[in-house]
Amino acid sequence: MLLPEERTEIEAEFPHYPNRKAICIDAMKIVQKHRGWVSDEALHDVGELLGMSDADLDGIATFYNLIFRRPVGRHVIYLCDSVSCWIMGADQQCRHASEQLGIQPGETTADGCFTLLPIVCLGACDHAPVMMIDDDMHLDLTPEKIDQILGGYK
Amino acid sequence: MPTERPLTGNMRADGEALDRDAYERAGGYRALHKALQSMTPEAVTDEVKASNLRGRGGAGFPTGLKWTFIPTKAPHPRYLVANADEMEPGTFKDRLLLEGDPHQLIEGMALAGYATGTDVAYIFLRGEYKLAARRIEKAIAEAYRAGYLGQDILGSGYSLEFYLHVSAGRYMCGEETGMLNALEGKRANPRAKPPFPPVSGLFGKPTTINNVETLCNVPHIINNGAAWFRSLSRSKDGGTKLYGASGKVKRPGIWELAMGTTIREILEEHAGGMRDGVRFRGLLPGGASTDFLVEQHLDVAMDFTEVQKAGSRLGTGTMIVLDDQTCPVGMVSNLEHFFAQESCGWCTPCWSGLGWVERILKAMEEGYGQPGDLDKLAFQTRFWALGHTFCALAPGAAEPLQSALKYFRADFERHIDEKRCPWK
Repeated sequence: MLLPEERTEIEAEFPHYPNRKAICIDAMKIVQKHRGWVSDEALHDVGELLGMSDADLDGIATFYNLIFRRPVGRHVIYLCDSVSCWIMGADQQCRHASEQLGIQPGETTADGCFTLLPIVCLGACDHAPVMMIDDDMHLDLTPEKIDQILGGYK
Repeated sequence: MPTERPLTGNMRADGEALDRDAYERAGGYRALHKALQSMTPEAVTDEVKASNLRGRGGAGFPTGLKWTFIPTKAPHPRYLVANADEMEPGTFKDRLLLEGDPHQLIEGMALAGYATGTDVAYIFLRGEYKLAARRIEKAIAEAYRAGYLGQDILGSGYSLEFYLHVSAGRYMCGEETGMLNALEGKRANPRAKPPFPPVSGLFGKPTTINNVETLCNVPHIINNGAAWFRSLSRSKDGGTKLYGASGKVKRPGIWELAMGTTIREILEEHAGGMRDGVRFRGLLPGGASTDFLVEQHLDVAMDFTEVQKAGSRLGTGTMIVLDDQTCPVGMVSNLEHFFAQESCGWCTPCWSGLGWVERILKAMEEGYGQPGDLDKLAFQTRFWALGHTFCALAPGAAEPLQSALKYFRADFERHIDEKRCPWK
């Protein structure tokens, strides 16, 4: 069952598009905002509301890298691996974050606190290397800075 | 004389967005008043045509001309989409405009909407631009309250509904027909053209798609005229341009300068030259999908025509600098990994060829390069040419690779001969 607030937020999108199917990406993002990810059950419920099959919706969900079809940690770390950050040492920063967290990119820490994901260029190349945690950008990364930033999350 | 900076000159030093009051105090929404009260839609288009404004998303298509592709008798609703899916690696110019002055984009879109008879406008924003999303939502609400959007704008009889669409990732969404599919709630695969979007675009209706920086120029053109806009530029392409530099330069950043400023000026005067201890080797002038330029090109003017003459493209105008301490094969390998990952899988040269090249380059970096690899790489760049694919992703991926093979061939050969990366 969709939560009442999920339903309200999805329905608020209806007038923005001429048909319900067009809302499906927004709808899955709304569900993810509330639950952290999109489970099979949630996918099915969104499909019922929009008149779409599970398979159709899953085909769309799996195309978009910011829609998660598996559970993630309480905080998602997006570490830029594109060219400007690479030149400025993104590989070393990624190795450092990976060692500190004890996980590889794509994995979640055992305590469920962090998921570490590589991401394409975040558009802050003048402050490379950069990462985003949840909604917040972190610029000009160094190993010390990463330790300090990660220490601020629970 | 310092260059006029219509796009960024009014922005706040603290990085906060201009709200509606501040935007109006700086002359904002005057152009919309002027157009709706004293100009026909055709006159708005004509002014933009005369300004020589060319699309700032990378392709450089003349903006006014694009607007005329909507047939006068085209059906309604008509759509306008601002491409704010800034995902070209090394590009960070639209973020500045979106976060610093969202009303400038809204006014530009209202004017573009009026010129093309648009009924519904969307800003298509990439999902990672969270701060921009919050600021745009606020600005849209302010613009509706002030009567700049919605029904019967400023009593003119023209109406425009306006929405923000926040995307969910994938570089393909920046390709215009991929973007239309994404807005329709589908996978962002490209569409066969024709029909082109002005005839059959979003939901099968006439659609205009422009880049953020392009649209932000429109209010200034309407306020100050085409001749003024052309006079801002040092070249035939009108206006200023947001230029950027990243990599190991002293002061990476973004600057609004006269269109046609030379690479050398941007690199040496604005970016402060190379960092101590590293030397310049080359650059991608306008994002990941442009050909490398090298030392001999430093005096090339950064406009659409001159950069093309030099064998590359202006692209987004944000340059990525390669230095002598960074491995060119590693850099190209990083780029091709990006393109391979972001391929939507629609066309064979792209899904098959990019993955193959990614593996060849990775192997070369790890010391497993083979004689003959360079021929295979060169073949692939031809295989990815425009005309072999539905969109420009694979042709774009060919550009840094084909030019690296030309300018840094000896570095590729060393990887194969020495069976290792000389930079590691």
